[in-house]
Amino acid sequence: MMDLRELYQDIILDHGRHPRNFRAIEQPTHFAQGHNPLCGDRVTVYLTLDGDRIADVSFQGRGCAISTAAASLMTEVLKGKTVADARSLFAQFHARVTGGEPADLPEPLAEEAERLEPLTGVKAFPARVKCATLSWHALEAALKGGGAGATVKTE
Amino acid sequence: MTTASLRSISALPGGFDPRRLRRDFPIFANNPDLVFLDSAASAQKPRSVIDGTAEYYRTDYANVHRGVYRLSARSTELYEEARDKVRRFLNAADRREIVFVRNTTEGINLVAQSWGPAFLREGDEVLISELEHHSNIVPWQLLRDRIGIRLVVAPMDVTGGLDLAAFEALLSARTRLVAMTHMANATGALVPVERVIKLAHRHGAKVLIDGSQAAPRLPVDMRALGCDFYVFTGHKVYGPTGIGVLYARFDVLSAMPPYQGGGEMILHVSFDKTEYQEPPHRFEAGTPDIAGAIGLGLALDFIEELGRDNILEHEEALTGYGVDRLSRIPDLRLLGAGQRRLGILSFVLDGVHPHDVSQVLDQHHVAVRAGHHCAQPLMEKLGLAGTTRASLGVYNDEDDIDRLAEAIQGAREMFSR
Repeated sequence: MMDLRELYQDIILDHGRHPRNFRAIEQPTHFAQGHNPLCGDRVTVYLTLDGDRIADVSFQGRGCAISTAAASLMTEVLKGKTVADARSLFAQFHARVTGGEPADLPEPLAEEAERLEPLTGVKAFPARVKCATLSWHALEAALKGGGAGATVKTE
Repeated sequence: MTTASLRSISALPGGFDPRRLRRDFPIFANNPDLVFLDSAASAQKPRSVIDGTAEYYRTDYANVHRGVYRLSARSTELYEEARDKVRRFLNAADRREIVFVRNTTEGINLVAQSWGPAFLREGDEVLISELEHHSNIVPWQLLRDRIGIRLVVAPMDVTGGLDLAAFEALLSARTRLVAMTHMANATGALVPVERVIKLAHRHGAKVLIDGSQAAPRLPVDMRALGCDFYVFTGHKVYGPTGIGVLYARFDVLSAMPPYQGGGEMILHVSFDKTEYQEPPHRFEAGTPDIAGAIGLGLALDFIEELGRDNILEHEEALTGYGVDRLSRIPDLRLLGAGQRRLGILSFVLDGVHPHDVSQVLDQHHVAVRAGHHCAQPLMEKLGLAGTTRASLGVYNDEDDIDRLAEAIQGAREMFSR
C-alpha cells in the first residue's frame, strides 16, 4: 500500500488546517456551491471577475483535509489568471488526478500547475479524487452560472 | 455432503472466544491484518454460510414450489425450512408470518406500498423518529406524496436516544402507524421498543420496528414484543446479501393486498381475474432468492449455536470496553454519551474530518465507516457533517479496540501539527 504521507503531504496538512482565502466575497460576480453527496461535504466558491481576469477568488464550506486544501490551493493559483487559464489549469489538474493524459501548458501556467502537484497523491486513493476536484467543479459551475449561484454535485 | 449437514462451528463449546471464532470466518485468514469494525454496515460471513450456500447449488438446487420431481421438492423443503428457522429466531407464532424480501429497505417499502394505501387515508399520521435510517424515512415520504398522509417525527433527547415523553405527546387518535428503529445505526442508542409498542397500541396505532441493528445483537421475541411488523436484513446477521425478512402479524398480513404481481403469488390467473395466494406467498412474487434464504437460515443456525444471550453479553462487554478506551482519547467526542448503547461507537475527532480519520485508520488496517450513515436528518440535528463509526461483531475482541484506539491516536498526531 502507498504511504499515507504521499496523500497527506505537509502542504496539504497545512492548507487543510489553515486554508487561504477562506472567506465569502460580499458581492461576487460569480459564485456556485459544490456538494459531494457521498460524504456531505459542501464548498462555495466566490469570484470577482474584472473583464476576463479573476480579480478575486475565495471559498467557504466544510470538508476533509483534501477538499479544504484543494480549494485553498486553487484560490491561490487562480488569482490574477484569465478565465481561459483557469479552465486550462482545471483540465490539466483533472487529467493528473484521474490518471488521464495531461495537456502541456504554456510556461507561466505550467509553473502554477506544479503548485497543485501535492494533491495528485489522490490518484492512488480513488475514493478521494472527488475531494480534490470538488472546488474545481464548483468553480466551473460558477463561471457558467454567473451570479445565479448554481449547485453542482460530484455524483 | 448435503446443505443441511453444513452447520457446525469450531468455537464452541468452551466459552465465547472471538479469536477462535475468527477461524470460522475465511475473510480473516485471507486478510490477516484486518481489524474489521464495520459490521453495522454489513457483517462478515462464517464458513457455514459460504460453504452451505455453495453446497446447496452443487447438490440440491432447483426452482421451488413448482416441480414434481424430487430435486424441486428437496429445494422447496430447504427454502421453507429456512422460513421455519426465521420463525424460531423471531419467536413468531406462525411460519406464515415470515415473508422473505431483499433487505430491510424492501420490507419497509412493502408495508408502505401494500398496507399503507389500503389502510391509511389523507390526514392519517405515520410517526417516526429522528433516529431513523433513510430506509425508514423515504418510503413514508413517498407514501405521503402519493396519498397525503402526515409524517410526524419524534425528537431525540440530549443523549442521542429517543425522547420518550415527546414521543408519547405526539401520539393521538390520528396516529395510525409508528415506524421506529430498535437501535439507531448512527449512534448505537437502544430504543425502548417495548414501551413504544405499548404506548402506540394504546392509541390504536400499528407498530413497525426496524430491527436491522438489533437482530444481530440481542434476542428479539415477536410474541413478547407484540409489534405488528418487524423487519431485518440477512447480511447484517452474518448471512448473505440480497435476502431479508418482513415479519407481520398474521391477521395484519392476511388483510394486505399484494405488493408485486407475478408468479409464485397467485392461485389462479385468467385475463379477467386473478386469485392470490395466502401469506406469505402472496408477497413473494417471482422466483425468490432461494440460496439467499437458505444461507440466511445457516446464519441464524450459527447465531443460535453461539447463543444469543452470549452474543449480547459479548457485545455489551466489548462496547463498555470501547467506550472506556475511546473516552480517554483527547479531542474525541463519543456520540450518545449516557445512552444505553450496543455495538456501535460513533465519534468525532475535533478538527479532523471523518473521512480523514478513516483514511488513516485504513492505513492501520482498521475498517470503519465514515460519513452520515444514511441518517442525514440526525447528523443535521447534531450539527455534524458526519462521524466515524466503529461497530462490533462476534469476531471482535479487546485487541481490535486497542488497535482502533492506536490508529485514532495516529490520526490525531497526523492532523494536529
